[in-house]
Amino acid sequence: MAALKVGDIAPDFALKNADGQLVRLSEEIRKNAYTIVAFFPAAFSPVCTNEMNVFEEALDEFRNLSAGIIAISADNAYSLREFVERNGLEFPVVSDFYPHGKIASAFGVLGEEGMADRALFIVDQDRRVRYSYVSDRHVNPGADKLIEALEGMEGLKEAA
Amino acid sequence: MPEGRLPSLKPPLSERDWTRGPWDAPVTLVEYVDFQCPCCQGSYATVERVLSGREGAVRFAVRHFPVRSVHRYAEGAALAAEAAGRQGKFWEMYHALLQPRGRIAPEDLEFHARQLDLDLDRFHRDLESEELRAKLLEDKQWALRSGLNGTPTLFINGLRYDHRSCPVKEEELRAALEAARREATLPLVA
Repeated sequence: MAALKVGDIAPDFALKNADGQLVRLSEEIRKNAYTIVAFFPAAFSPVCTNEMNVFEEALDEFRNLSAGIIAISADNAYSLREFVERNGLEFPVVSDFYPHGKIASAFGVLGEEGMADRALFIVDQDRRVRYSYVSDRHVNPGADKLIEALEGMEGLKEAA
Repeated sequence: MPEGRLPSLKPPLSERDWTRGPWDAPVTLVEYVDFQCPCCQGSYATVERVLSGREGAVRFAVRHFPVRSVHRYAEGAALAAEAAGRQGKFWEMYHALLQPRGRIAPEDLEFHARQLDLDLDRFHRDLESEELRAKLLEDKQWALRSGLNGTPTLFINGLRYDHRSCPVKEEELRAALEAARREATLPLVA
């Protein structure tokens, strides 16, 4: 299955965060105009660590653009807890470990070897996908494309 | 942004940036640095070796991206570099902070300031300066919009250069700078 594209409706999910609390997409999207759903392959890998560190530094920018963020990997919750603590991540990082990669698969981004692809989605409050990007697994895409996309949406909103 | 196109530095360098080398150099290398990042520390000597002997050909610039969530001393070190810069010694502090086994804890910053013969009262005042914090924030906002994807993130002639190893490999960086130089000095085709 190909990655969800702009206009698709993202599947709802309820996955445990690093503290064992369920994070439900349909509830998270109520908190902000937009929600970034960021899949990453593997906690503690250098590229994933850099990517999450960049998103942590970008939280204020995202908030200013009315966006929240949820990160998802198919790692187990215990690994993610350590990953979140070591990197001081303040946004939800949730585990898609069991059934393994079910949500990544539903978004069309479950890659080889059971790891999620490195993929970014922005969904609105109707769970409609407003932005979709699958990166080279070995390259941290950074936050620029997300910021650019969100700034474009803000413009559309103001013009409406 | 079209898929596959490398992110570009925003905004271009200006007088507010710390730079070395001539403004009309054919190649510009920009480094977003976190002074506590092991990869930045490990790449420092490589970058300096590559720059050595290319003084007329490369303009080198530094902007800050302290990753505060994992490096508790990084922001203080960035402020120390800026504060030293206010006394004309940005690069001297930059070198001091990036030495092997770099000392960048708060007590080390004063040690470096003494070594550089800075006015210590002014240095400490500047470490608390809102203006310098605002400059760091501005660097960060630009970094995020420029596609920063870790530290160090390098830009060569305005385009992100994705080094896939830490520390940065000397031969690969040399080759990338040379390719940029060749491209920048190609004659225009009518």
